Amino acid sequence: MQLPRDQERKQLAARTLVVGPITLIVAISGFLLLKNNPMSQILTTLFAILWGTFTVLALFYTMNLIVQLFPIQKYNKIIPFVFVGPAILIIGWYLLIPTVRSLVLSFMNRSSTSFAGLANYKYIFTDATMRTAFGNTVLWLLFGTAFSVFFGLLTALMAERSAIEKLGKTLVFLPMAISMVGAGVIWKFMYAYKPLGANQTGLLNAIMVGLGGNPQNWLGSAPMNNFFLIVIFVWLQTGFSLVVLSAALKGVSDEIKEAARIDGAKEFTILMRIVLPSIYGSIVTVSTTIMLAALKSFDIVYSMTNGLYGTEVLASQQYKQMFKFLDYGRGSAIAVVILLAVSPVIYYNLKEFNKREVF
Amino acid sequence: MKKLSKGMLFVLVLLLVMQGVWAQGTKEATVQDKTIRIFGAFRGEEAARFDEIIRVFNEKTGYNAVYEGSPEFETQILVQAEAGTPPDIAALPQPGIMHKFAEKGYIKPLTPSVVSMIDANYAPVWKDLGSFNGKAYGVFHRVNAKSFVWYPKKAFEAKGYKVPKTWNELKALQDQIVKDGGIPWSIGFESGNATGWVGTDWLEDAMLRTAGPEVYDKWVNHEIPFDDPAVQRALGYLGEIFLNPKYVYGGATNILTSNFGDSVKPLFDTPTKVFMNRQGNFITTFMPQKIQDNLEAEVGVFPLPSIDEKWGTPILGGGDQFVVFNDKPGVQEFMSFLTTWEACAPWAQVGGALFPHKNQNFADYGNSIERELAKALVNATVFRFDASDLMPAEVGAGSFWTGMVDYVNGKDGKAVLTSIEKSWPR
Repeated sequence: MQLPRDQERKQLAARTLVVGPITLIVAISGFLLLKNNPMSQILTTLFAILWGTFTVLALFYTMNLIVQLFPIQKYNKIIPFVFVGPAILIIGWYLLIPTVRSLVLSFMNRSSTSFAGLANYKYIFTDATMRTAFGNTVLWLLFGTAFSVFFGLLTALMAERSAIEKLGKTLVFLPMAISMVGAGVIWKFMYAYKPLGANQTGLLNAIMVGLGGNPQNWLGSAPMNNFFLIVIFVWLQTGFSLVVLSAALKGVSDEIKEAARIDGAKEFTILMRIVLPSIYGSIVTVSTTIMLAALKSFDIVYSMTNGLYGTEVLASQQYKQMFKFLDYGRGSAIAVVILLAVSPVIYYNLKEFNKREVF
Repeated sequence: MKKLSKGMLFVLVLLLVMQGVWAQGTKEATVQDKTIRIFGAFRGEEAARFDEIIRVFNEKTGYNAVYEGSPEFETQILVQAEAGTPPDIAALPQPGIMHKFAEKGYIKPLTPSVVSMIDANYAPVWKDLGSFNGKAYGVFHRVNAKSFVWYPKKAFEAKGYKVPKTWNELKALQDQIVKDGGIPWSIGFESGNATGWVGTDWLEDAMLRTAGPEVYDKWVNHEIPFDDPAVQRALGYLGEIFLNPKYVYGGATNILTSNFGDSVKPLFDTPTKVFMNRQGNFITTFMPQKIQDNLEAEVGVFPLPSIDEKWGTPILGGGDQFVVFNDKPGVQEFMSFLTTWEACAPWAQVGGALFPHKNQNFADYGNSIERELAKALVNATVFRFDASDLMPAEVGAGSFWTGMVDYVNGKDGKAVLTSIEKSWPR
């Protein structure tokens, strides 16, 4: 870009003087209109989409015009902030402010009217239900993640050598399309309990009774019921891990494997020494992503047992404290603990992302 | 420059269009002012019946009241109230939530004319339940009474069983049923995210019958600890039933996994194996259709017998109270409409609801069963509101529910009550 000549700069200034105020008027009046909310839902939505898109474009255009009034060196320095700045501001608004607010609330009493010191943290680390929730969350983390990754890897390896690769993968991947609550409803029928003598509507108990056993209340007794819930999570997540790992497996060079075979390596050795190390990055990414999902797992517990029979997890406790018991202090404190627990995983994940460019 | 002027023209046109939209919007707003948004927890059949009531109001006044029910009502109403976008009227199941909203100033006190309607049409207990700090906020409409035992009339009478009047007679009846190869009770605690409330109702009934209403009130207000010996004693009476596999259909496990609405259905299996289900008046809507069609001939009901003669047979009940969030035109009118029998009669005729109104015409109830229950409710010497709805949510919608589930699941009664006591917010 050439340094604008005097005439061009004058033109630019004039354009800015016209476009700037119009943009402002459109932005502000649209905002006021939406705030008053006088239209029907469909009209509001259409208007918001049109106005929003237009205003954002116009804002960027105006900002660019203004910055163009500066000399080129300064323009080059300022312009990245103009384009990235709003995004950062909005993300800050959506993510940073709520995080800080949660942190503050976690040190305040239930109605956030006075400071409570560490009382909320003391509660979440000493209360019996909270201890159960911590224990169960660890179970979810360990077994939910391990089984999902293991079965994903297993099916990916098997699919590679199978004639029905596409069909098999599709079947394993299908549950991914089901929401967690939906899965909960489906699996309620799997685990349903009816007393002996009544019609068994649950699949598992129908099999039990069919084989001459007694029907079991699968979700009724800890700690096994946690595993019955984790099974649902694994059923949902295996598909994700399968797809990512399968793609990674395709990337392992055939020549190296061929070379190993010629050197007399057995298939298992090839798997352990060549294939797995080559897809290590993908395994880490899949594991950490599933770990995050397990840490946040709330929907399954909420829809299946609502935390009864010792199946409470951190996220379900957070929801209950916050929205059922209206204890903002305790709810926020649990949220902060979950955030702290997630942070190292996210940090590690990001580091791996940068290093390996997995996707 | 040509491009620029084109762009400016576009903006100008857009502004003009927007003006038009705006003008139309304000026009719509004045029309919409006739709309009264009512929000509550009940859905399906009950909501359809309430819609009928609303229709009467709309036709009479020209307003456009609309009811919407949500299964997540208790969470949503809170979020809406805090976000400043509440409905105009909400039906709150728990007096505790009303207190919270009144304290924060989210809901508006009723106007003197509505209050005088309440004074004229309700027993004082209902006004007290709808009041906070001396101001009336809530109007009760449809309520329920819970201390009733339902039985399959034909099979019950064919076996020669008599309705028990005392706890000892009830015990004798239970043993007689077992001796005859039947099962006395069908009990279901399951209720989605509210699993356990059926158990809390049982314990509340037992408390009223063993300790009396005054101790019950102290228990509700936490003037005695939750694990007071009086409560332990009441729970003991329930344990004799819940934990005896001979007395309960499917045993304790089935209590936990069986839905409260489904738990009345085994009573009407042929041949009859199960004979009793303790539940509120609303349970009739869960009975098989062919039973509902023939309610008076098929179904019998008696109050849960008294345990200690001194306390008789108190009635336990509950109900949604309607509160005002926005004082816009028509809202207070709707509230005073709810206090009239005109707003209840259509529902009473279809069935499935009781009304506490003093000015009601019992003849309007569609069947003799509900007529008798309504009389029992209005004339009860002792009526108490569902304790779990009066206790703080941590207990009433939390540890009390889970506690009853744990008790049936085999945990020691005293330990259960102590853990509930520990969860009481201080």
